[in-house]
Amino acid sequence: MKEPSKQTVEVPVATGDEDRYRLRMGPQHPATHGVLRVDLELDGETIVACDPQVGYLHRGIEKLAENRTYAQTLILTDRLDYIAAMSNNCGFCVAVEKLLAITPPLRARYIRTIVNEMSRLASHLLWLATHALDIGAMTVFLYCFREREILLELFEELCGARLTFSYPRIGGVRQDVNAYFIDGLQRFIDIFPEKILEYETLIDTNRIWLKRTVGIGKVSREKALSLGLTGACLRASGVDYDVRKHQPYDAYDLVDFEVPIGQEGDSYARYRCRMEEMRQSVRILQQCIDQLPPGPIVGEDAPDLHMSQRIIPFREARVSAYGTGLIALSHKTKPTYPAGDIYVATEVPKGELGFYIISDGSPRAYRMHIRSPSFIHISALTALSEGGLVADLITNIGSVDVVLGESDR
Amino acid sequence: MEQRAIADTLKTQFSEEVVDIVEYQGQVGVLLRPDQIVPILRWLRDSADLRMDHLRALCGVDNSKRKTSYPERFEVVYQLYSTELRHEIRLRVLLPEKDPHVDSVVSLWSGANWLEREVFDMFGIRFNQHPNLKRVLLPDDWEGHPLRKEYPLKGRKEWQGLVELKERIQELDQHGFYPPPPVEAKKGGTAKKGAKNPVEPQKTVAQAAGPASAGKEKTATVAAALPAGVNTGKTLRERDQA
Amino acid sequence: MHILILLLYILLLFTVVMLHVAYATYFERKIIGHMQVRMGPMEVGWHGLLQPIADGIKCFFKEDIIPENVDPLGFRLAPVVSLTAMVASLAVLPFAPGWVLADIDIGLLFVFAMSGLAGYGVILAGWASNSKFSFLGGLRSMAQVISYEIALGLSLVGVMLLSGSLNLSTIVEAQGGTFGGMYIFPQFIAFGVFFVAMLAETNRVPFDLPEAEAELVSGYSTEYSGMRYAIFFMAEYVGMLVMSSLGTICFFGGWSGPFAVPYFPALWFVLKVYAFMFVFIWIRATMPRYRYDQLMELGWKWLIPLALANIVLTAVCKALF
Repeated sequence: MKEPSKQTVEVPVATGDEDRYRLRMGPQHPATHGVLRVDLELDGETIVACDPQVGYLHRGIEKLAENRTYAQTLILTDRLDYIAAMSNNCGFCVAVEKLLAITPPLRARYIRTIVNEMSRLASHLLWLATHALDIGAMTVFLYCFREREILLELFEELCGARLTFSYPRIGGVRQDVNAYFIDGLQRFIDIFPEKILEYETLIDTNRIWLKRTVGIGKVSREKALSLGLTGACLRASGVDYDVRKHQPYDAYDLVDFEVPIGQEGDSYARYRCRMEEMRQSVRILQQCIDQLPPGPIVGEDAPDLHMSQRIIPFREARVSAYGTGLIALSHKTKPTYPAGDIYVATEVPKGELGFYIISDGSPRAYRMHIRSPSFIHISALTALSEGGLVADLITNIGSVDVVLGESDR
Repeated sequence: MEQRAIADTLKTQFSEEVVDIVEYQGQVGVLLRPDQIVPILRWLRDSADLRMDHLRALCGVDNSKRKTSYPERFEVVYQLYSTELRHEIRLRVLLPEKDPHVDSVVSLWSGANWLEREVFDMFGIRFNQHPNLKRVLLPDDWEGHPLRKEYPLKGRKEWQGLVELKERIQELDQHGFYPPPPVEAKKGGTAKKGAKNPVEPQKTVAQAAGPASAGKEKTATVAAALPAGVNTGKTLRERDQA
Repeated sequence: MHILILLLYILLLFTVVMLHVAYATYFERKIIGHMQVRMGPMEVGWHGLLQPIADGIKCFFKEDIIPENVDPLGFRLAPVVSLTAMVASLAVLPFAPGWVLADIDIGLLFVFAMSGLAGYGVILAGWASNSKFSFLGGLRSMAQVISYEIALGLSLVGVMLLSGSLNLSTIVEAQGGTFGGMYIFPQFIAFGVFFVAMLAETNRVPFDLPEAEAELVSGYSTEYSGMRYAIFFMAEYVGMLVMSSLGTICFFGGWSGPFAVPYFPALWFVLKVYAFMFVFIWIRATMPRYRYDQLMELGWKWLIPLALANIVLTAVCKALF
């Protein structure tokens, strides 16, 4: 019989105290939502030091974007927040449109708003599912996936993909919506508010749920702004900041909705904010369906693949000098790429997704920085979790809603 | 407040520091010298009619291959926004090619911590007084700063950690965990033929592992497939103890 | 001869209980499945009826992995300790009049002792696994077992006072004369405490902290696989059975029912036990998980004082009437 050896993986010491129990949570851990690693120092079960580590999913998207045309970069944005890929696509398209001074037609803007809100719902449903599962409420998980499945099927009907869509295009969207999609969406909108009520019945007034979330991971208004939190995390702390209202893009200035603001800034407030956001998303979707105007789905000045009802074979379309199929120009002249820099933020389910794009006149971005909310939210985990228990860390990771693909880029 | 007006106020307040003001698509960027960046940002954050309380983004830029003219090699760009007054401004701090460094703004926004670490990671720009300036996305022993323009897209060489990982796979393969990867004829030619089995088969982690002889054969194949010099001849435990 | 018959009984009981364990997993998966708008096991056999057998065979034939850095003795011993202790408590449970292996006078104490011993298996597993998550799971389990053992024991003191015995058969018989034929009516506080403590004692949701998969991966059983893991699983289900039986015996009148059943006098007992098991599963499908300190708070600040108050109340009532 062999002696069990005493070798262990050394976890870096933050406080320098040798007596602490050092725990490396992740990158393979069921509650870290992907490949997040958190190095913990514990005193009993109290977290003394918490050091999140990211980068396991770093694919160098910013570097790749410097070597690809804008249209080719679009497919990379799918891989940021793969739970709400549509929102990233839209955000990127809005940014490039602003850079190239293109206005998409109204119908395209409405369609984008629809898919944006749908992906917000899909993302929030997945968030609620996993957050509840982390806290131990297992049934909510499956209820949420039941509704998320409807959304994914609608996406599939719209563009053939369920996860990585690449559906919005610079200057419009790829294909028009059909009647089946609108019907399905309408049916979904009709049933969904009841379903939200169903989730709330399960967990909202559950004593254990309240005990696990109220007062956990509390951030004050000032602290939240200082940490750079955005999205529901910031609004739960009482800051009225929603890019959809502050700097409207797509059709958000044409629809009526409210931004739910919380007070407490704890996990429960974040949960409440997101639940209300789902209700508002349903409102936006209903208005978009009702108001959806007729017209083209790609702008006249779009430099991108013009895909109307007639799908142009790639051979026919003039392929750009840098393109390899995805990008093709319907234009008689090559588009001119101006030189300048632009920062455009959009409200994705996780928070504020910003694209800072510098163009030096070539068809590729000279530099593209992605301000990813997850990256900043993960950095805030330290402030949220230190002094709490291990179980609170799990609640916090769930309630700030991070996606590692977006964080690591 | 209009972005242009903010830039003008900034210029009157810190006339020494402002190099230039550029505007594109209604967005105004102020080019700054690096020395006074913390006071400037503090002023922008705290002054009553600006209240830029939200640091939207902080990123680095390498200007060396920019077609348009540029004043300095590196830039650090700050995107500021006021959640109350709903206006924004972009500050671009110019840094020289040699030893680029700028003061850290973690004291103003604690969320800048990781953003600055990322800029350090990707560009090698140092931030003075940063509490924990080390790489964030890349491994600590990574060589070079990938977002600098001279860094090739495919990278320079295999990361040491991956090399070690392959070594580890080779070791574990003695236990019959992994099927041998397809051996490429060309690679096999360059690698040392008949590389010796570096370690004796240890006590199997799984007690019911395959027969030892089969394990040895597999290891030999993998060793041939890997580039030469990968084998350090150490077992896992020896290396961990070292 | 007597010994041989006893051995036969033991074998019979063990087989029936193991079969029960197998089908309790099926029961649980089906119920949770339907509560979560899905079907549960459907593939093996009609409506998945053979699924537990398939699972058992799979676990039995899986490779027996013992990680290199564990303490081999403890690692091998832990599941056995858990299962043995749990199965041993079956000996004193009366399923029907006379259907009991060992009709001893300290039956209730014996069940407590054995369920306390089963906790050692979990602690030993956490310790011997030489893994940080397992170790935390073991520690949690230790604290939980100690705290809730007290509440569990105290909650049954009222029953002991009323029946005047620790013999489980006598407790069942003593309930015959009371209102409704069950001790749940005079002892409703005790039952509340007992029920919560029972959930905690068997490491079930919402007190499944030692194996909280979201926090501790799988807690004490993280490093286990194959048959050893299955043994832990069996121990958990036998534990559920023992605790349900105890609840049935002490509060619901054991085997007694509205009318006597010929040939199978244990019917009422089995029905009551399965009702208990159903509640176990129902709670699992509904409740989130408590946090470690909240669990302790609940145990020490609520359950134990309540149980103590109940003892005083019962004793006073008994002395007066």
